[in-house]
Amino acid sequence: MSTVEVPVPTLPFGKRFTRWFGRNTIRIYAVVGFTYLFIPVLYTFAFSFNDSAKSNLTWVGFTFKNWQNPCGAPEVCDALGNSIRIGLIATTVATILGTMIAFALGRHRFRGRSATNTLIFLPMATPEVVLGASLLAMFLNFGINPGFWPTVIAHIMFCISFVVVTVKARIASLDPRLEQAAMDLYANERETFRRITLPLVAPGIAGAALLAFSLSFDDFIITNFNSGTINTFPKFVYVSAGRGIPAQANVVGSSMFFLALFIVLTGELIGRKRRKR
Amino acid sequence: MADASTSSRGDLKLTRITKSYSDFNAVDDLSLTIKEGSFFALLGPSGCGKTTTLRMIAGLEEPTAGSIHIGTTDITTMKPYQRPVNTVFQNYALFPHLSIYENIAFGLRRRGIKDVKSAVDKALDLVELPHLADRKPNQLSGGQQQRIALARAIINRPALLLLDEPLGALDLKLRRQMQIELKWIQKEVGLTFVHVTHDQEEAMTMADTVALMHDGKIEQMGSPADLYDNPKSVFVANFLGQSNLIDGKIVDSDGDNFVVDLFGQKVSVLKSRSSAKDASVLFGIRPEKLRIQPSDADKPGNVLTGGRIVDVSYIGVSTQYQVEMPWGQEIMVFEQNDDGIPPLAKGDGVRLSWEPIFSFALDGHEDATAGSEVEVSE
Repeated sequence: MSTVEVPVPTLPFGKRFTRWFGRNTIRIYAVVGFTYLFIPVLYTFAFSFNDSAKSNLTWVGFTFKNWQNPCGAPEVCDALGNSIRIGLIATTVATILGTMIAFALGRHRFRGRSATNTLIFLPMATPEVVLGASLLAMFLNFGINPGFWPTVIAHIMFCISFVVVTVKARIASLDPRLEQAAMDLYANERETFRRITLPLVAPGIAGAALLAFSLSFDDFIITNFNSGTINTFPKFVYVSAGRGIPAQANVVGSSMFFLALFIVLTGELIGRKRRKR
Repeated sequence: MADASTSSRGDLKLTRITKSYSDFNAVDDLSLTIKEGSFFALLGPSGCGKTTTLRMIAGLEEPTAGSIHIGTTDITTMKPYQRPVNTVFQNYALFPHLSIYENIAFGLRRRGIKDVKSAVDKALDLVELPHLADRKPNQLSGGQQQRIALARAIINRPALLLLDEPLGALDLKLRRQMQIELKWIQKEVGLTFVHVTHDQEEAMTMADTVALMHDGKIEQMGSPADLYDNPKSVFVANFLGQSNLIDGKIVDSDGDNFVVDLFGQKVSVLKSRSSAKDASVLFGIRPEKLRIQPSDADKPGNVLTGGRIVDVSYIGVSTQYQVEMPWGQEIMVFEQNDDGIPPLAKGDGVRLSWEPIFSFALDGHEDATAGSEVEVSE
């Protein structure tokens, strides 16, 4: 095939620019948006390589020593361990309880259902400071001293609402005819739940568990009221802010970020592979 | 094939079934026997109770009163998974997280049946989709999903296969094709099929017996031809095809016939085709049973004179006339274009004639429009 050279009339620069801008507005907006979102993360990551002695506020020099020895700074790993332990227990319990509540609300009609639906939102709407203070007052009134278990109980409490909301959304999108079809095909209630309902709701439950863990891991205000002498990672960072946060905190923060990224990406990849198959 | 349900085979028998909701009866004192091995259609407009009836047979709803038997087994209160009944759901309800193979094998596995593989292969062959075993439901077209849903139900060899508007989501061409296939499969496997539909043509082409439902009751039940040719109520006459219904009075009895006066003209109808309760009748005749001739023609049989053509539509195989009668009513006539005579024109004076055996008489106190304006879309 031969091509014929046709002179293309060129538009004046101003017009060309407006047209280009019009076509790429969304892309530009996305770049600006993501930059805004990720600069703090990037900053945290970069400063995890800072060769700082005490305070990690000014750049001193590049080093790997923080990553090689994340537990180098006193108390970092202690606090981290507590946070993970509290997070895992709170997540497990909140996910189980929350999922059960979500099924009850999503699948059954009973007296007080709509009231429960509304009440379950309340812990999410209540200011954390108030929740934390009331919980502390309650524990003290019951003669329970602040510490590890009161913190766990507090975390379970505020995580449940989020689990319920997330799982309920998934249940709502589940076609009840699928369960009816399973029952029609000789699966009793238990088998129907195990083979149809649970696998189909599982992504919602997993999402809820991740959300619960990150909420628990992240929580400072409620924890600060109820943990007493137990140190958690957010508490550690907050307290050390006064005398200088060690770079190891950035290492832990960055690691958490990459771990979350990894989980999300893996989930996405598995999902894509499944859809393709 | 192994069979868990041989113990309860036989006719399906619904006895005085009622399903009440707080403010109305979806199904109202319905009794029905469906012969083993037959293709039975529950036909009716939306809201007539046909789907509720089906769900009670499947065990997905419990009747408020009445009982359901298969053969001699009372299944009224059995759980869905205890019944030898399988359902093809309206939107197929294939399990999205399982492969086609596992979808079809589901019922067998739950009953702990060995040799799932050969049964699944056979079922896939029956619906002519053996190459799709490893796919997921959402990778299949609507027609393919429909067949898989059928295979998933049939593989269990239930005493009863329920089909809830199974062709509702398919386009017209595929629908026609699946109607023929379903009928063929039913013959092939010899199971009792109970098919719920709002599509009268679908019910008539597929079923041996059709029950037309209306307001939770069965209006009329019988073979498609019986329902069409000899409707017992205005609802049936209008819901199945089209009917001309003319106000009349029975004035005489003549052997097997009643003599009916239609606005001064005498016609006859077989007594066996009359469901009139007294002298007042709605005299019915299907548009395609009418013959139309110029006013001066002379033909035997039942005749109505004094008509005038007000509208002519030529549709190739036939011509459709609207004929205004002296008493103001418009009568519809379908005339086959098979006699080489050019169609009559608008404004022509005509007479209508028909063989007396084609007419029927309904109770004259019924509303003549019942069933004609029913919402049929689900």
